[in-house]
Amino acid sequence: MKKRLDVVGKARRRVDARAKVTGQLRFADDLSMPRMLHAKLLRSPHPHAEIVSVDVSRAASLQGVHLVLTGQDFPVPFGIMPVSVDEFPLARERVRYVGDPVAAVIATDEQTAVEALALIEVNFKILRPVEDAIDGLRHPEPRIHDYGEQGNIHRNQSYEFGDVEDSLRKADFLFEDLFFYEGNTHLPMEQQASLAFLDGEGKLQICSSTQNPHYLHRQLARVLQIPEARIRVVATPNGGGFGGKCDPGGHEFVVSKAALLLGRPVKIGLTREEVFYVHRGRHPVLMKMKTGVTKDGKLTGMHLQTLLDGGGYGSHGPASTFYTGVLTPVTYHYPRFKFEACRVFTSKPACGPKRGHGTPQPRFGQEVQLDKIAEKLGMDPAELRLKNLTKADSLTASWLHVGSTGLEACIRKVTELSGWKEKHRKLPRGRGVGIACSTYMCGAGVAIYWNKMPHSGVQILLDRSGTVIVYCGATEIGQGSDDVLAAIVAETLGVDTGVVRCVTGDTGIAPVDLGSYSSRVTIMMGNAALQAAERLRASVAAVVSETLGTLPDRVVFSQGRVFAADNPGPGMTFVEAVHMAEAALGTLSAVGSYAPPKPPGKYKGAGVGPSPAYSFSACVVEVEVDERTGWIHVPKIWMAHDIGRALNPTLARGQVIGGVYMGLGEALMEAQSFRRLPEKLSGALVHRAPSMLDYKSLTSLDMPEVEVALIEDPDPNCPYGAKEVGQGPLLPVMPAVANAIFDAVGVRIDEIPITPDKVLAALERKAKGEPARVGPEAFPAVPYPEPTFVLPPWEEGDGKETKRNAAAAVV
Amino acid sequence: MLARVRQRLTVNGEEADVSFAPYKTLLEVLREDLQLTGTKHGCELGECGACTVLLDGEPVLSCLVLGRECEGRSVQTIEGLARGPELHPLQAAFADFGGSQCGYCTPGVIMTAEALLRKNPSPTREEIKVATAGNLCRCTGYQQIVDAIEDAAAQLRAEAK
Repeated sequence: MKKRLDVVGKARRRVDARAKVTGQLRFADDLSMPRMLHAKLLRSPHPHAEIVSVDVSRAASLQGVHLVLTGQDFPVPFGIMPVSVDEFPLARERVRYVGDPVAAVIATDEQTAVEALALIEVNFKILRPVEDAIDGLRHPEPRIHDYGEQGNIHRNQSYEFGDVEDSLRKADFLFEDLFFYEGNTHLPMEQQASLAFLDGEGKLQICSSTQNPHYLHRQLARVLQIPEARIRVVATPNGGGFGGKCDPGGHEFVVSKAALLLGRPVKIGLTREEVFYVHRGRHPVLMKMKTGVTKDGKLTGMHLQTLLDGGGYGSHGPASTFYTGVLTPVTYHYPRFKFEACRVFTSKPACGPKRGHGTPQPRFGQEVQLDKIAEKLGMDPAELRLKNLTKADSLTASWLHVGSTGLEACIRKVTELSGWKEKHRKLPRGRGVGIACSTYMCGAGVAIYWNKMPHSGVQILLDRSGTVIVYCGATEIGQGSDDVLAAIVAETLGVDTGVVRCVTGDTGIAPVDLGSYSSRVTIMMGNAALQAAERLRASVAAVVSETLGTLPDRVVFSQGRVFAADNPGPGMTFVEAVHMAEAALGTLSAVGSYAPPKPPGKYKGAGVGPSPAYSFSACVVEVEVDERTGWIHVPKIWMAHDIGRALNPTLARGQVIGGVYMGLGEALMEAQSFRRLPEKLSGALVHRAPSMLDYKSLTSLDMPEVEVALIEDPDPNCPYGAKEVGQGPLLPVMPAVANAIFDAVGVRIDEIPITPDKVLAALERKAKGEPARVGPEAFPAVPYPEPTFVLPPWEEGDGKETKRNAAAAVV
Repeated sequence: MLARVRQRLTVNGEEADVSFAPYKTLLEVLREDLQLTGTKHGCELGECGACTVLLDGEPVLSCLVLGRECEGRSVQTIEGLARGPELHPLQAAFADFGGSQCGYCTPGVIMTAEALLRKNPSPTREEIKVATAGNLCRCTGYQQIVDAIEDAAAQLRAEAK
C-alpha cells in the first residue's frame, strides 16, 4: 500500500550523530585491550632498490620487543584486483617507493617499537627510480615489476566505438587540446589504524579503518593462508575515507599475523607521514583530447588519450585506467568515441581510487575544451552543453545505458541561481564565471572479483520490543550509510529511525556488502534493505489484515502505527503488530539482496562503467583574479545535483558541499608532488610534503559560500528513487574554476592545480602576444595497442567487438 | 623504558591522579592513560586541530602540550561538555545542522567553538571562520560547521537571558 513518505526526504539528525558529537564513537585507534602490543613499520628510504639483506637480530633482542617480521614472513602477495596481485605486506626482494614497508616490530609500547626499528639493518642495492609516466615510457629497464604489458607499462588499452577519424574529418571544427591533472591524496582526518586479536574461539578478528571489510577479509585469508571462516573483519567507523581506505594495507596483514603468532592483541596506528606513503590517491594523468564539432555546435566524435602515473603498485590501477575514459560519453552525445589509456609504474606511492576514481581528470579536459569550443563558436557554454546532452533511457556509443538524467534541469537551475546570463562575459575584468557538468555511477556494475552473487545483502530482525535490527556488511565512512540504511527500513516499516539499530561493517555477523566505494551503498545496500523490509512488511500485513478487517495489501505502516488504508482510525501500534505476527509466524526475520542489471555492452572490458543509474551535476563558479599577483579568490559556488531523491536532505546537502570543498581544493592547491633529493643525499625521489602543513587544503577561511540545489526526480532503479551524492558533486568544480578564470582574465590554465604562478605566467604570455595558456606542451608517443573495435548502437552494432571494415560497409 | 611520573590534574571538573611515561603529550595522557578517547589525533604535529582541548579554559592543541606541563591544571575535553544526559547546545547544533559527518574532527572543532563562545557570545560568521581556521575538516566543507556554531551561539544567548 503506497503512502506518503514519513522519513524519506525529511531533514533528520543522522543516526550516529549523538555518538559523534559526544566523542563516544569508537574509531579503530580508540580501541584498546588488555595485554595489547603495539606495532611499527620500518619503511624504505629508497624509491627503487633491491633488498640484499635484512638483519633484525639487534632489534629482536631489545627489551620489550616481542616479534620482528620481515618480507620472509609473508610469502603470499595481495592485491585488491585479481589482475594486479603484486604487493607483499612487507617487501620481499624489492622496494618500489620511499615508504614501502620492509619490516615490522611488535613491542610493549610504541616508543620501544620505534627504538627497535632503528636497530634493524637493511642492505639495499639502489636501482634507477622512475620519476613519472613519461620517464617510465623512456626507460623500460630496470622494470619495477616483472609483469605488466611491457617494460614499465602496467596496463595499456584501446577502444574505438565507430570510425572516429572519419567523424573528426567530417567535423567543421577540430579541437585538439592537451591537459594535465596532478595527483593528489585523500587526506582523511583519521589516520589508518588496526587492532587484531584472537577471539575466545581462537579465531582471528581485526578491527580496522577500512572501507571494504569484505575485500580485506578475502585478502587476509589469501595472505595468511587460513580459511575465511576463521577470520572476522570489523570495519570500524572510518574517520573519512574518500577511497584511501579501499585497498588492504600492509599494516593490516602485519597486525593480523602478529596476533596469530603471539596470541595477543596487536594494534597499529599510522602516523600522518605514513598515511601519505600509503596514498592510493588520484593518479597524475596527461591527456590528449581531439573533438570534432559542427558549426552549429553539435559534437561529432572524440578521440581521448590518457597516460597515468600509477606509482609503484597495481592497486585499483586496472579499473582506474578504464575510468580515465569510460564515463566521458555519459553527459553528452558523441556519435563516435575512441579511448586509449596507458598506466605506467613509477617509483612513488601507488595511486588508486580517490572520490571520482579516474574520472575527474578527463572530465576536467572535456569540460574545459567545451568552454573553448563555445568561445570559438561564439556560443553560450551552457547552451552548447544543453545542445549535446545525452537523453534519458539511451545508450552511449560505448554501450553504457543512461537511465534517468536530470542534467538539463541541473544546468537550467544552476544558471538561474547564479545569474549566469547576466554575468558570463559581462563581469568587469578580473571577475568571471565558469560552468561545467559531470556525472557519476551509482555503484560499479561489476564486483572487483568475478562472481555471480549479490553485491549487497541485508538481514532484518524484528524484535518484540519494537526494535528493528538491521544487519549489513556496508561500511560507515562518514558518508551516512547507516542513516541511509535506517531511513529506508524505517520508511518501509512505518517506524522512526530511532527504533532501528544498524549492525554494519562486520563480516562475522552481517551479510556481505562489497564496500563503500563507487558510490554504490545507497543504491545497492538500499535496494537490498528495501527488499528485506518489504518482505517483512508483507509477512506482518498478512497476519494483521484480518484483525484490521482489510486485505494484506491495504495495510498501511506509518509513524509507528499499522492500520487499514480505508479505515485508519482503529489500527494498532507497530509493536502490537509485531507481537501478533510473531505469535503467528515465529521469530520475524527477512533477508534481501541486490545485484545490478547486466550491462548492454558485450565486448571484453564492457564491465567497467555500467551502473544501475548515473547522477548528474552542474556547477557555476565565480572567481576574482588579481592580475598583479595571480591570486584567485572564489566568492561563491552554485551546484545543482540530480540526486533522484534526497533520503535525508541535511546529509545530501552536506555531501554536496563537502564534494565542492574537496573539488575546490584540488582545483586550487592540493597536490601530491615529488622532488629529487640532491645527489650527495642519495638523489632519491621523495615526497615534496608528506605533512598536513605542506599539503595545502582549504581551511574554513578559504571556503566560499556554496548554494546547493537538489534536483529530485526519483530513479526507478534506486531505493525510493535515491541516486548517489558522495562523489558526483566534486567532479565539475575543477573545470568550472578553470573556465571562470578564462572568463575573468582571458587565460587558459590547462592543468590542475591552478596556482597563482601559473595564472601569472599565462598573463605574461598574453601580454607578449603569445598563446595565453599554461599547460602541457607535448604528448609522448605511447605504444597503445590496436583498438578493440565496437560499432555504436546507431550503426547497427550489437555490443560485441567487430572488425573495423564492418564499419566501412555500414557507413 | 623511562620511569613513569605521577601527577594530579583536573579533568572535566574532577580531580585525576594519573601516572604516565614522562615523554607523553597531553593528548596521549588523555587517550592512553585516562581512556578519554573522545579527543582525536590527526597529525601529532599541531597541523590539524583534531586534538583541541581546553587547558585552563584556553583552546590548546593537546599534541603540542606535554603531560608534565599540566600538573595542577584544569583540562576540559569533549566528554565533559554534555549536561548530564542532555547535549550541550553546540553538540545538538552539530548534530542537527550536519556539522559532523565522519565525526573525527568534531570533538576538536566543538572544543574550539566552546572557547570562542565563552569569550564572544555573538560572533559573526567571519569570526567563527577565523576561530576555527586551525581545525581541518575533510568532509563538510565547513559551511554546516559555521551554521551549527552560529545556531548554538543563539541558543546559549537565549539561555543566558
